[in-house]
Amino acid sequence: MTQILRDDVLHLAQLSSLQLADDEVDALQQDLSNIVGYIEQLAGLDTTGVEPTYQVTGLANVWRQDEVDQSGTVRDQLLALAPEQQNNSVKVPKVL
Amino acid sequence: MASIADYTGNSARANVEKALAAAKSNESYHALLSLTEARALKRADAVDRGEITGRLAGVPFVVKDNFLAFGAPTTAASKMLENFDAPLQATAVEKLEAEGAICIGKANLDAFAHGGSTENSAFGPTKNAHDQGRVAGGSSGGSAVVTALDIVPFALGTDTGGSIRQPASFNGVVGVKPTYGAVSRYGVVAMASSTDTIGCFATNADDAALVMGVMTGRDVRDMTTLPDFFVPTTGVRPQKIGLIREYMSDDVDGEVRMAIEKYVDRLRAAGHTVEEVSLPAVKYALAMYYIIVPAEVSSNLARYDGIRYGHRAEGVQTLAELYGRSRDEGFVTENKRRIMIGSYVLSSGFFDAYYQQAQKARTILINEYNTLFENYDLLIGPVAPTPAFRLGENTADPVKMYLADIMTVPPSLAGLPAISVPGGTSASGLPIGVQLIGPQKSDATLLALAASVEGSQ
Repeated sequence: MTQILRDDVLHLAQLSSLQLADDEVDALQQDLSNIVGYIEQLAGLDTTGVEPTYQVTGLANVWRQDEVDQSGTVRDQLLALAPEQQNNSVKVPKVL
Repeated sequence: MASIADYTGNSARANVEKALAAAKSNESYHALLSLTEARALKRADAVDRGEITGRLAGVPFVVKDNFLAFGAPTTAASKMLENFDAPLQATAVEKLEAEGAICIGKANLDAFAHGGSTENSAFGPTKNAHDQGRVAGGSSGGSAVVTALDIVPFALGTDTGGSIRQPASFNGVVGVKPTYGAVSRYGVVAMASSTDTIGCFATNADDAALVMGVMTGRDVRDMTTLPDFFVPTTGVRPQKIGLIREYMSDDVDGEVRMAIEKYVDRLRAAGHTVEEVSLPAVKYALAMYYIIVPAEVSSNLARYDGIRYGHRAEGVQTLAELYGRSRDEGFVTENKRRIMIGSYVLSSGFFDAYYQQAQKARTILINEYNTLFENYDLLIGPVAPTPAFRLGENTADPVKMYLADIMTVPPSLAGLPAISVPGGTSASGLPIGVQLIGPQKSDATLLALAASVEGSQ
């Protein structure tokens, strides 16, 4: 059975943009080990020559008219949702 | 419990005031996160003045709080969206409002719909309508409970792997998870896009069919929707029904098995044929689900970055810290588990062993269903292995909680319609649901069959 190490938890947290508190790491190490231990059983199913299924309705290339509408795109409403704004822009911390 | 017909034709204001009063007197269940009181009363008056008409004119309903709707924040039961005021409404809500229905409040759920008990809500669990010491089920626990408590005659939920059917079973109401693509998901907080569906709770199958008939159909804002196929029907010819053997093993609670057998007797008495069938791949379905869904969750929840909307951590210096701390503070533990498992199964080196293997296994499961549907009109089995469990009973071990989904995830992986209908109660008075599963687009037939045996013994 695959062991999820403490370093694995920290690596996955980094991949997931989660800055975990120290006390969360130990609990997640145990939980993730249990979950991986469960899902690993799928290796026991022979899938040789089977095509994967990514969607179930068979719909493909569904198009719509390229028409502009106002639904949900009212600038002031959308901007008001941002935690911080300045000069009609979303304000963020220094990037570089 | 009241039906939709008990509301139509009354004063809309009286309906809405009654529903709001019932919501307030049942606060101890914690089924609702907010009431949309002012907007609901305004709409009720518009109905009473004849300005809004339709098949659901003046009928109050509740939406799960992952539907974008006006009148109260859309929180997804998370700190991340605690103050999120939706700039638009979900298509499903818009369609119901166009028929005159009135949303009176927003129901509790597991945060971001991750869970099977509503205990993962950032705002505290919902209690079962029949026993306050037990879980409501989940993730649409609040919607099931408001329907079971007769606060409203119907409520909306989402079902990705059982989130409508299992709480419907635990609270003794009808729950509908439609064919994948039947109802637009525009304006609903995304969880796992290859299995997310929109459905409803109702007190009887005919009401559920009415509500589904309003909500289904193509939506240019959700290109995964199917052309409308849902036509409510009455009267069903004799059906050939397969009882899924793997769902009736000794691992399943004896009272649950007995409830299914009693429902099977009622179907036989009504002229339907029921035979035992086998679906061997279901034993792998939960493992498939807990690979595919976390993979999609990790992608869908990447949007919550603390920048454009949602919770933003305070006192951060760098962008990476802003992302990391906002997400750590905004998500509950189960959200983090799923996001991290998703990152794990999609990692280079693991992708083939987990994600690709799960999608191949999914094909095997779908093929088994298709083979059965060559000979059977529909399938039957339990919704969950037990009646509602106690609050706190399964919270310590996430895998134990996942096992509550073992009978509801297989139809989700195949995009099949599946409904939960009341099948009696346990000796201690807890409801037990029966699951009916059909081929894609057989939704109306499942509901008509359920309606035809409602009230029979």
